[in-house]
Amino acid sequence: MAHDIAHPAVDTTTGLDHRKLAIWTFIGSECLFFASLIGTYLVYKGKSVVGPFPHDAWVSPAGQHLEPIFEIPLVTFGTAVLLFSSFFVVLALANIQRGNRKAFLGWLGATIVCGLFFIGMQVYEFTHFVHKGLGFTTNLFGSSFYALTGFHGTHVTVGVIWLTSILVLGLRGKMPPEKALNLEIAALYWHFVDVVWIVIFPVVYLMS
Amino acid sequence: MATSVIEQAGPQAHTRKAPTGIWSWITTVDHKRIGILYGVTAFFFFLLGGLEALLLRIQLGSANNTFLSPEAYNQLFTMHGTTMIFLGVMPLSAMYFNYIIPLQIGARDVVFPRLNAFSYWVFLVGGLVLNASFVFGAAPNAGWFGYANLTSTQYSPGLNVDFWVVGLQILGIASLAAAVNFFTTIVNLRAKGMRVLRMPMFCWMSLITQLLLLLAFPVITVALIFLMMDRYFGANFFRVSAAGDPMLWQHLFWIFGHPEVYILILPAFGIVSEILPVFSRKPLFGYAAMVFSGAFIAVLGFGVWSHHMFATGMGPIADASFGLLTMLIAIPTGVKIFNWIGTIWGGSIQLKTPMYFALGFIAMFIIGGLSGIMHSAVPADLQQTDSYFVVAHFHYVLFGGSIFALTAGTYYWFPKMTGKMLGEGLGKIHFWLMFIGFNVTFFPMHFLGLNGMPRRVYTYQPGLGFEFWNQVETIGSMVLGFSFLVFIVNIVLSLRKGQRAPADPWNGATLEWSIPSPPPEFNFAEVPEVTTRDPLWEEKRARGGHLPEPVRASGEGIHMPNPSKWPIIAALGIGVFFTGFLLGVKLPVILAGALLTIVAIFAWALEPAG
Amino acid sequence: MRLRSLPPGPVVRWVPVLALLLVAVAGCAQHYPQTTLAPKGDFAQMVDHVFRATVRWAVLVFLLVEGALLYAIIRFRGRSDDPEPEQVHGNTTLEIIWTAIPAIILVIVAIPTIRTIFETARVPRDDALTVEVIGHQWWWEFRYPTIGITTANELHVPAGRTVDLRLKSMDVIHSFWIPQLAGKRDVFPGRETRIWFTASDTGTFSGQCAEFCGIQHGKMGFRIVVSDSTGFGDWAAAMSNATGPVTLAEPATALDSLATAGQQLFTTKACVGCHSFNAVTPPPGMVGPNLANVGTRKAIAAGMLDNNNANLARWIQHPQSFKEGSHMPDLALSDGEVQALVAYLRQQRVRAPAPVAAPQ
Repeated sequence: MAHDIAHPAVDTTTGLDHRKLAIWTFIGSECLFFASLIGTYLVYKGKSVVGPFPHDAWVSPAGQHLEPIFEIPLVTFGTAVLLFSSFFVVLALANIQRGNRKAFLGWLGATIVCGLFFIGMQVYEFTHFVHKGLGFTTNLFGSSFYALTGFHGTHVTVGVIWLTSILVLGLRGKMPPEKALNLEIAALYWHFVDVVWIVIFPVVYLMS
Repeated sequence: MATSVIEQAGPQAHTRKAPTGIWSWITTVDHKRIGILYGVTAFFFFLLGGLEALLLRIQLGSANNTFLSPEAYNQLFTMHGTTMIFLGVMPLSAMYFNYIIPLQIGARDVVFPRLNAFSYWVFLVGGLVLNASFVFGAAPNAGWFGYANLTSTQYSPGLNVDFWVVGLQILGIASLAAAVNFFTTIVNLRAKGMRVLRMPMFCWMSLITQLLLLLAFPVITVALIFLMMDRYFGANFFRVSAAGDPMLWQHLFWIFGHPEVYILILPAFGIVSEILPVFSRKPLFGYAAMVFSGAFIAVLGFGVWSHHMFATGMGPIADASFGLLTMLIAIPTGVKIFNWIGTIWGGSIQLKTPMYFALGFIAMFIIGGLSGIMHSAVPADLQQTDSYFVVAHFHYVLFGGSIFALTAGTYYWFPKMTGKMLGEGLGKIHFWLMFIGFNVTFFPMHFLGLNGMPRRVYTYQPGLGFEFWNQVETIGSMVLGFSFLVFIVNIVLSLRKGQRAPADPWNGATLEWSIPSPPPEFNFAEVPEVTTRDPLWEEKRARGGHLPEPVRASGEGIHMPNPSKWPIIAALGIGVFFTGFLLGVKLPVILAGALLTIVAIFAWALEPAG
Repeated sequence: MRLRSLPPGPVVRWVPVLALLLVAVAGCAQHYPQTTLAPKGDFAQMVDHVFRATVRWAVLVFLLVEGALLYAIIRFRGRSDDPEPEQVHGNTTLEIIWTAIPAIILVIVAIPTIRTIFETARVPRDDALTVEVIGHQWWWEFRYPTIGITTANELHVPAGRTVDLRLKSMDVIHSFWIPQLAGKRDVFPGRETRIWFTASDTGTFSGQCAEFCGIQHGKMGFRIVVSDSTGFGDWAAAMSNATGPVTLAEPATALDSLATAGQQLFTTKACVGCHSFNAVTPPPGMVGPNLANVGTRKAIAAGMLDNNNANLARWIQHPQSFKEGSHMPDLALSDGEVQALVAYLRQQRVRAPAPVAAPQ
């Protein structure tokens, strides 16, 4: 095909495709969304009146001993998985642009699997925390932690649904190289969600 | 010639008759129709907000009045503020973003026409949800800035605050979607040769406004999410017993709230910057300075939020920093005012109605700006904040500023949008009544504030000296209200039997005046190319001073986007989703709403494009 | 019908100007007991100084800029058949000038502003009188920790001595504002704020809540009584003596009997559940204002009503009709019962203990 993927089908003032410009604009807006959530987490860090706490143990007035609640190894692994997923989606994009359908679908599938794994890890983590006594309403840490990571997880879920839609279309043969931009835009969103996690992970899990 | 700039096109009949009927309006994706929808809806809400204000003024007309109960008063002042800002000024500005921006940049529509329609329908849903609260006797009653922890379930147990939170969340979605759309449109859909520094000033100010929307709304979204979580799920964000901090609400709210006021005023700056040159018959003075001062105001606008919090005891360093930054904003604002005066200076001023309102804007905004500087002097603000002095200040900038400018824009662009001229005689009566009524209502508020009357009080005691000015203000408000009746009469009469408007009734400088009034669906028969600022003046100069009346082209061969039902359905889904929360976190309703929205989005994405 | 854009004739032109002047004069002739413009305390004085500095500049800028605008409108008024005016695009020198001059004016205003911010924020002197201000929906509690007393809705302070206020709320955010003495300070739950002032004149001043705090924000006021040091000392001594209601062991007059009946009603009608007469060790968690010495107070109902018998009766009998939503319920009291309670409350005037006679 002689069609040049790099140039949008229609003339635009900047040369950038409209949808690409739009997703960058949206991502810019989302930066403020997560900044507010992260900022709140930081403002409330160390201010909870009752435990469990993220990095410290706590003894309740009733004498109940609660360990620090984070399990860093699991989350570190989940972080690595998410990072790899960004790499996989880059490979998927390269392959769709080159017309390698099998490789494109394979790498896209891998991306989705990684995303699902990350969501699974979060679900497991949240359930585990609730069992250990950290609910959404328990303390400031619970409210700010679940809000921040929960909304991030929601964004990952939206990303997974989006990528899966593209996979389904691809399996039906409706994602030729000319439509590579569709994947590129989803991938930009996916990278953003990953970058947000790269901020959340050290700020929430590692900093004490 | 120049090809269509809209990527999605579809199988089009070659008839160019404008579709009629309700369904055509429900499924429209035409920016001009959407603009009119915004305008009519917003004007209706604005009148509602005005009625709320008149009721407040009647109550305040005498000491210890019992016209309104305290609860009724508190609901009305909350709804007045919330309505005027979110359902009045913002969507009235959106009317002009929609209608005028594509015309001024030489485009056939915005980049995402269906997203555009979606924004309008979501706005309508939000406005209806907010006002549905009246039906339940539970209109929001905690002020338009809803400070925690008054808004907690402990101190606001009823549905009032729930309506407020949910309504604003819905409206936030509309604003965000529109901001992505207009930002992309202005950046990416300009006609050939229209470099950014050749763009009309209304497009510049609108561009900056979209940026502010994109960056400010997420912050209030998060704040409202926190409030929702506290109210519905017992979270601790503002729960004092769990060491939650009401100051967090204030910071988040005002980090949104201050850019929000620039969102409210920058389009007005843009409108006035269009009108003054045309009616002075010379170009805008200091175009580059106007661009940079607008950008500077927007950037700085993110750094001054705590000037709404000077009385909270943040400490002298924070107070001094925010005070100084606030004073700093006065400089680019002053630059604008001087450049506007420079525009009319040495011109040949045509005193038509748009110009009356534009000049009135400058006069009133100067006063509002000066009282703003007085507020920035932190110790003085400790007396002025939360008193009628600040009520005076923000009405001078919001009404004297935004509303006067939007009214100017209406008289200016009405001919383009409807093909009819608004009556000049009635227009001038409208102006004088509005000008006098406005000043009689709001100027004395400076005195009341300095003499100790706090704001948001449903009554005041005799013996404090407040009766006289309150009576004056109430009378003024009636005159102001009456001026809107004159306006409505003018609109109705002009639509029925107003003078026919040519393409270019004012000798305009920008591209919207080069096409018929009202424009055909596709706007331009041929997408224009520009080489200068004020392209139409340039062209008229080259052709001996006049351009012939443009012919109504058939539009054959021009592909326009198909209408679509998915935007309104997605908007309804969002409404259902949030209503589920209002009903007390009814999961089936919430899920139904989410499902409807998701289905609509998928159908929208998969709709046949060109 | 075409209207001329300026009103015709010199006479008609002057009518609005005269109307404006008349209204302004009438407005200025009002008496404003809660004004910020006649400061009676040092904080308000310092604020007023900054305010007047900004007003002077604001008026000057107003006259100059509005003047230029008006001049331009009149001078450059054109007709549609005028030739095209000179197409000026801008002037860099002017841009610099009208950026620099406002900047300079702002620097001039900023200097006293910043200075006053820090002056009003510095820690008050050691001999300041500490008062705890506790905001409630919709009344004010005042505690004097160094004296050991509590009162409500009437703040007593000595003239010429710095008062160091520590502010806190029991419920939502309020704002403490005495316009004649100081600027506002918001009052938060869970977080203490501070403001200090030194009253210069004796007298009674009024204040009001200035942060929307619910249904009766509009009627959450208070009074401040500034006395000389003797007067304040007397009041403090009297309040320190108020460990319970003033009761008469032997009612001597009919009024006294009425008051005694009121004393009974105060308990049987459950007023005692929310109100205490003990200013020294009040029972914790009292929902209503402390009533020690209420008979001497200048106002009742959170500074909203003058403290006379008619108002007191009205307030006790129908609090909801005056202050709908307040936490004081309508108790369906008969007129007789109300009169008894009014007499009882009127009796609540505590005296300082008599000075101990010096030994011979």
